[in-house]
Amino acid sequence: MELILFLIIFPLVAAIALLLVKADAGRDAVVAVASLVIAGVSIFLFIQYFDVGHEPFDFESEAVGYAMAAIEACLAVVIIVLGIKYKKYLASVLAAIQAPIMIWFEFSIGHGIPVESNIYVDKLSLIMILIIGVIGTLICVYSLPYMKDFQHHHQGEKDRRPWFFFLMFLFLAAMFGIVVSNNLLWMYFFWEITTLCSFFLIGYTKTEEAIRNSFRALVMNLLGGIGFVLAIVFMGIVFGTVELDTILNYSSMSQYSFMVGIPVALLAFAGITKAAQMPFNSWLLGAMVAPTPTSALLHSSTMVKAGVFLIIKLSPALGFNIAGIMVMMVGGITFLMASLAAISQSNAKRVLAYSTVANLGLIVACGGVGTYGAVWAGVMLIIFHAITKSLLFLCVGTAEHNIGSRDIEDMDGLFERMPRLAAFMMIGIAGMFLAPFGMLISKWATMTAFVESNNIILVMLICFGSAATLFYWAKWLGKMSAIMSGRENIQTGVHRGEWSVLGTLTAMTVLICLLFPMVSSTSVVPYIDVVFKSAHAGLLSDIDMRIMWAMLALVVLLTTFFFGRTKKKIVPIYMAGVNAGDNLTFRGAMEKDVTVSLRNWYMEKYFGEAKMNAIGGISSAAVIVVIFSIIIGVVLMMGGVLNG
Amino acid sequence: MVKIIVLVAAYLIFAPIVGGFLAGLDRVITARMQGRVGPPVIQPFYDVFKLMEKEAITVNKTQDFYVMCFLIFIVVTGGLFFAGQNLLLIIFSLTLASVFLVVAAYSSNSPYAQIGAERELLQAMAYEPMVLMMAVAFFLYTGSFEVSAIIAHEKMAFLPLVGIFLGYLFILTIKFRKSPFDLSMSHHGHQELVKGLTTEISGKSLALIEIAHWYENIFLLGFIFLFFANGTQAGIIAGVIVCLAAYFLEIFIDNSFARMKWQFALNSSWIVATALGFANLAVLYVPVVLNMLIGITG
Amino acid sequence: MSYVTKSPWIIHYDGSSCNGCDIEVLACLTPMYDVERFGIINTGNPKHADIFLVTGSVNEQNKEVVKQIYEQMPSPKVVVAIGICANSGGIFKECYNVLGGVDQVIPVDVYVPGCAARPEAIIDGVVKGLSVLSEKRKGGSVNE
Repeated sequence: MELILFLIIFPLVAAIALLLVKADAGRDAVVAVASLVIAGVSIFLFIQYFDVGHEPFDFESEAVGYAMAAIEACLAVVIIVLGIKYKKYLASVLAAIQAPIMIWFEFSIGHGIPVESNIYVDKLSLIMILIIGVIGTLICVYSLPYMKDFQHHHQGEKDRRPWFFFLMFLFLAAMFGIVVSNNLLWMYFFWEITTLCSFFLIGYTKTEEAIRNSFRALVMNLLGGIGFVLAIVFMGIVFGTVELDTILNYSSMSQYSFMVGIPVALLAFAGITKAAQMPFNSWLLGAMVAPTPTSALLHSSTMVKAGVFLIIKLSPALGFNIAGIMVMMVGGITFLMASLAAISQSNAKRVLAYSTVANLGLIVACGGVGTYGAVWAGVMLIIFHAITKSLLFLCVGTAEHNIGSRDIEDMDGLFERMPRLAAFMMIGIAGMFLAPFGMLISKWATMTAFVESNNIILVMLICFGSAATLFYWAKWLGKMSAIMSGRENIQTGVHRGEWSVLGTLTAMTVLICLLFPMVSSTSVVPYIDVVFKSAHAGLLSDIDMRIMWAMLALVVLLTTFFFGRTKKKIVPIYMAGVNAGDNLTFRGAMEKDVTVSLRNWYMEKYFGEAKMNAIGGISSAAVIVVIFSIIIGVVLMMGGVLNG
Repeated sequence: MVKIIVLVAAYLIFAPIVGGFLAGLDRVITARMQGRVGPPVIQPFYDVFKLMEKEAITVNKTQDFYVMCFLIFIVVTGGLFFAGQNLLLIIFSLTLASVFLVVAAYSSNSPYAQIGAERELLQAMAYEPMVLMMAVAFFLYTGSFEVSAIIAHEKMAFLPLVGIFLGYLFILTIKFRKSPFDLSMSHHGHQELVKGLTTEISGKSLALIEIAHWYENIFLLGFIFLFFANGTQAGIIAGVIVCLAAYFLEIFIDNSFARMKWQFALNSSWIVATALGFANLAVLYVPVVLNMLIGITG
Repeated sequence: MSYVTKSPWIIHYDGSSCNGCDIEVLACLTPMYDVERFGIINTGNPKHADIFLVTGSVNEQNKEVVKQIYEQMPSPKVVVAIGICANSGGIFKECYNVLGGVDQVIPVDVYVPGCAARPEAIIDGVVKGLSVLSEKRKGGSVNE
């Protein structure tokens, strides 16, 4: 247990150290050592509790509880002040609603509720710890050279890097807190810290756009925070508990089924906002103004993963009930509409953002369906997505610093200009949507699970969403593969630190696919067996896994032995007989040389962002509103019955 | 096990022969429909052998690799089908193969090839939902995604899945690259795309693509066969006859339509998938949902 | 026997023809003449083609184009000049910008005379081209 507390406290200490260290060399050293320690401890913890499975810990809480309440109060004051300063009053109002309720609850009811275990560890939190500890720290290491460049590109501005790294490590600490808290008051505390960290990280550059987007993120997450608070209050008053495992146990008892649904729906709502599901997806898109490592951190291993983690955690209480239907429909709609919207984007980071939203939608839907197979698929999606998405974000970051643009259309001929980076990116992209890579395996399992859960709407959503996914990834992949001769190789300027992180992530993308049957059988399946109290055989069969494995081996072998090894004569491309010789220009009318420029399809008219967001946002908002209206209606009716 | 090996081996050996023969038949029938005599029925084989004899040229060092992977994964996909594996796996494997072809075209950075690649992706986006729904429908009807289990299922799936069947026929026009949807690599010369996807692919590589298409066509027809297989001789005969009829129908459609715009390809396939696919799936779900409701209330 | 004679694919280029010969070339594809009987396909793509049909004379504007299309065809390949303009420049020979027949820029294997050349003559020319193709193939002269 000490190790778990260490994982929460150590990044915090590192964060404070980073806030104080101003010199580059010192920062490099602190980040490197701290990352190594965090990653090492995460792995050690994983091994230590590997055989244990599930273990709750008794941990004295009184002082910690009050300290948390005090910090929460301070944070609320900060938000209120900032909101007034920047004239974003909505944020102030939300904070002013949320904090008093929480503090009132803490002091009036909260401390009277006995808490058996504040923290716990199980296989799922171990997986999350590994993701946060390894991928999160890799991103921090990558940030070092990246932020040096960033500062170089933004000369004349104040060097706020101490603040940046402080936030990054604080974020990690809070994430570790979320995944091991059983006491929802604790989880809420860490939850709010991640909200605030992301707020500051998004607003890092302090441009007008950054501030606007950071407040949007803040408002939406505070909204979710209110859901969280209400869930805690409701649980405290009605069930006399603030523990996650207790409420999940109640959900399986029929006499509580509807009443438990209320806090579960509220918590799921909080998860939906944090996981940037429609109609709350705009904050994650807005987060793109931040430096790229921030986006990588928010998208792959932290923040949004906190949202889906909570929903996966709640999944035994979801399924075909009021909360479950809300979650699965919101997830499904988000998957389809975000995938379609991604088609219309040429900004690489926005494509990645929509793909994140879409994949989170899939995970959320898996949690909502809440069957054995669906949860398995959801957890696998979390793992694969964390690795692959961080790789892609960091690749785009490096490309941006070297070619000066994050637009996919400006990545023309990247294969010649930065061959290694292009290769990493291609592996990342293939990892996101192609067999035999991880995301596709999970999607396959997801589909099977949805079909088995007999939800025809969800099946339709995933069928069409998959088609859109294929389109937007493949056209990017194609762009990366294009060979344009005569381009200068500019990848020598990339820092070694960046290469090592990118290389590690690429290797992990491939390795995890080779190892995934093992990951599944040793970590994911035991977790689900415990949660669902049953062993289930409906997952991908052994033979399917072996075929996937063989296909991956085939792809790797073919690439190793045959890629780029043709002995044929290289000839110019066909350009209607007027190729000027370099494959890039042709002789046009009046003997003028015209440069060819090739552009991908974005089909703005069909899949324009605004339209997709409107359709998706309105339909998921409608689902949420209807579900909560039903809940409120039933509660009022029951209140009437009880009073009458 | 032996049966599986025999089937896969038979596929590996005979699929290109039958596929090439069907392609020749296609050209003869097309010619007759146009009032011409047409080439000999083994013309596609002549074409491929000729391509093999041509000078070895390519536009860059990577394209041949992608083309080779396209052929290999098409063959793998077909092999999985005839080994009776999971339908979803087969569909994903087919997607992988198609992406290799698209990437091969993109890698040339040629204007014609790129537009072809772009349209090919659009076509893939158009047909993908229907193909996935077909797999779902088979699962709902037979209780399994495994091709072997679907074939062994004692009831013929055709009538209960008639909507899915028609939807599949519709997108088969895209997969067979027939008018009105031969957008990405037309067989007819002198159009705005030159040869689309394959513009920059010549000689042996082009021959490989032709062979891959023969392999592909065979298991695409195999999907049609699944609708009729019920473990009996009659089922097999009916399946083969309908496969041939479907092939003839596609030739007929090819010759009766002008090429349409890409918008039509996307709109019509998604509408068909939604209307026929969804309606059919909904019908299949009725008993399941009823059972569930009975379970809840009872 | 070489398969190249069984499956000759064609690319057709119009130099500065009056379009008379072009129409006759296309007529060969129609049910009346049906050159697909011999496996002939009009590809429109030099990279797929075995036989280069040129109609019309070569001029200052298009000589590079003719050269490039010829260069982009993989060997073995033959050139068939269709019509008198492609043979020698015809009545346009003396024009200020006309260079003359196709043989001014690329080696021509078969000359099909006529103004316009008749479809029968064109088919005959292509068939003659086939024997040249198979010879080239046999001689192993991949690059002439």
